[in-house]
Amino acid sequence: MILNAVKLPEYKDSAEKKTETPPLPAKVIISLSQNIGAPCEPLVKIGDNVLTGQMIGDSNALISVPVHSSVTGTVEDEVKILSVDGRVSRALVIKTAPLNKMHESIKPPEITDKASFLKAVRNSGSVGLGGAGFPTYVKLSFDKSKTPVNTLIINAAECEPFVTGDYREIMENSRNVFEGIELVMKHLEIPKAVIGIEKDKPKAIALLSDIIKEKNADGITIKPLPLKYPQGAEKILIYQTTGKTIKEGELPLHSGCLVLNVSTVSFLAEYMKTGVPLITRRLTIDGDIVNNAKNIFVPVGTPLEELIKSANLRKTPDRIVFGGPMMGFSAYDMQTPVTKTTGAVLFFGEFNKTTESACIRCGKCIHVCSMNLSPYELNTAYDANNIPLLRRLKVNLCMSCSACSFVCPAKRNICEKNQLAKQLLKENKS
Amino acid sequence: MNKLIIEPNPHIRSDNSTKQIMLTVIIALVPAMLASVIIFGARAALLISICVGSCVLFEYLFRKMFKKSRTIGDFSAIVTGILLAFNLPVTLPLYMAVIGSFVAIVIVKEMFGGLGQNFANPAIVGRIVLMLSFPAQMSNYAVPFYYKDGFDAVTTATPLSAESPDQIPPMLDLFFGKHGGSLGETCSFALILGFIILLVMRIIRPATPLILVGTVALGTFVFSGFNTDETLFAIITGGLLLGAIFMATDYTTNPMTLKGKIIFAFGCGLIALVIRQLAGMPEGVAFAILTMNIFTPVIDKITRPKPLGMKDSKTVKEAEASKKDGAGEVKNDVKGEVKNNVKKEKNNEQS
Repeated sequence: MILNAVKLPEYKDSAEKKTETPPLPAKVIISLSQNIGAPCEPLVKIGDNVLTGQMIGDSNALISVPVHSSVTGTVEDEVKILSVDGRVSRALVIKTAPLNKMHESIKPPEITDKASFLKAVRNSGSVGLGGAGFPTYVKLSFDKSKTPVNTLIINAAECEPFVTGDYREIMENSRNVFEGIELVMKHLEIPKAVIGIEKDKPKAIALLSDIIKEKNADGITIKPLPLKYPQGAEKILIYQTTGKTIKEGELPLHSGCLVLNVSTVSFLAEYMKTGVPLITRRLTIDGDIVNNAKNIFVPVGTPLEELIKSANLRKTPDRIVFGGPMMGFSAYDMQTPVTKTTGAVLFFGEFNKTTESACIRCGKCIHVCSMNLSPYELNTAYDANNIPLLRRLKVNLCMSCSACSFVCPAKRNICEKNQLAKQLLKENKS
Repeated sequence: MNKLIIEPNPHIRSDNSTKQIMLTVIIALVPAMLASVIIFGARAALLISICVGSCVLFEYLFRKMFKKSRTIGDFSAIVTGILLAFNLPVTLPLYMAVIGSFVAIVIVKEMFGGLGQNFANPAIVGRIVLMLSFPAQMSNYAVPFYYKDGFDAVTTATPLSAESPDQIPPMLDLFFGKHGGSLGETCSFALILGFIILLVMRIIRPATPLILVGTVALGTFVFSGFNTDETLFAIITGGLLLGAIFMATDYTTNPMTLKGKIIFAFGCGLIALVIRQLAGMPEGVAFAILTMNIFTPVIDKITRPKPLGMKDSKTVKEAEASKKDGAGEVKNDVKGEVKNNVKKEKNNEQS
């Protein structure tokens, strides 16, 4: 079966440029809730001096990872911020000191067995760098007797337009990518790995296959994916690489699959060598009013106003997006900080605001839905407040890839309505 | 700093729009429009303008009267107007064309809620109402190129109602539209050109027209005792191509999935065939499409795609049932064990 998908424009102008490192920002705003899971409690007080890499927040909750300071400086304030995806969280404002000094705790972790490996993964502060931001150590701590995982799937699809961070990671740190994959395979006893990557990245594919050949790693294969959106969505990627369909309500683990982002495994390899936790983030800076599209390394917590400085814009933006253009969020506050899961910041000035018109029943939304849903019908069911129908049509399977909204000639916000419908179902549990 | 636009994802949109789709359809209709003017003279152009003008005007007035948003900018009324004119003979009194436009736009389209909400193709219903109300005028077909001889329109019959083979003009003439018929249906060449435009611009999929025409062709082939001439004749005369290419493919009134479109087109072809072969009318495509329009919601329902990895309610129920059974077994086991233990204890006590 060939899954439905949509062809998107690429706009990957930043792909062949080496990642730059702009000067440190004057202050960082580090959210204590960077990822899916429980927010952290601050470990430092206002007025404390912190060093780069120092743990400044942690939590005892099952699904949580610590947060580290990304700069050397002084904790100025604790504020409440509204993140771009609508969550309210506490955040620490740290004023950057001129001298960057690493915290003394930073040294390569000692790995002896699986338990110490998982502990190190947690301490690294690692979360899924693809965008969803699920804590990596939670993903890795599965019970092998219940869910025998036999395939590690590496998500290097990067199907969103503009975004090139994962591609740059492969091009600049292909050794780390390889070592990270081997590391996870070794400690979790996973026999084989598949790297799913869109086939318009032949250089990255060649680089990785050379290393695989050189190291004689028979267990690792590369699966070139078609140039269609959304190849990088977890369920779609699993289908494309293994042919398995994830059943409704089940996790990939139940089908023996573990999916990790390529930048995540690369970071893990780097952490095991240096012990520097997840405090810098590679960002793609692009958009139709950006003169010089590029990737930059910024400390986690860099506020948007600092990013604009290094963006070199042609005119004032009227739309700023955190994340890719398909699944990213509109930013509305110049203080919005970069989090561990921000992969791109896009500046637009010439895309018009869309106005909805009447649905003409063209059926394009149905033809592009990878999950085989009927977005048109879901929307009418939501408008009619028909909860049983929404349930029967499986609106809960919508992964908000927004391919339907993209193709809609009437410019209807179909995907948004699906999210509202999901919320409606949550509020009206049978 | 100007105000930032806050919108839900996606933040980029495809280039296609309703207006652009309608414009492409209009462009695809241009060859047939030119052909109709060449074949039937200036009055064809007048009739088309009257239909388009009245359709747009009716839509504007209706929406204004009911305080709805203005929608004539999406060009869909223009498409309806052209299609309606294509279904009329060149000799039709102009006021009848206006009545047709009223039926199409006000009754069929706007009263059901406007663009995208109508269950039947407006132009087709306009044609059918006119056909039933003014049967004589609606079958008053003009002889092609009558205007060259300086005559007023001389009328003829559509070749579909020809009784003997001698009345049938040569096939090539038929193909280029040199025969009686309504404005837009005679020139097969121009219609096929329009079909190619629609395909290249990816406005329609080839399935609906091909299956519809294929069904009629195959059926005629069989009914006529495997006569290729008669089959070809059935395809290029009458409203079959016009209906199959421009009316059966109307987004709003045909099913949305490919499977649905195949069922729809096959149904149209079958009904058109039955009407042509068995009923007393020379032409059945309009009725066939209208009938299948009515089936569209049902077809949509039965051809709904199955969500990826979906657990249908049946399997969910089974799973729950087996869980319950499983739990029951465990309980029984526990009970059994407890009983055994009690027995053992009793035995111990006894001993």
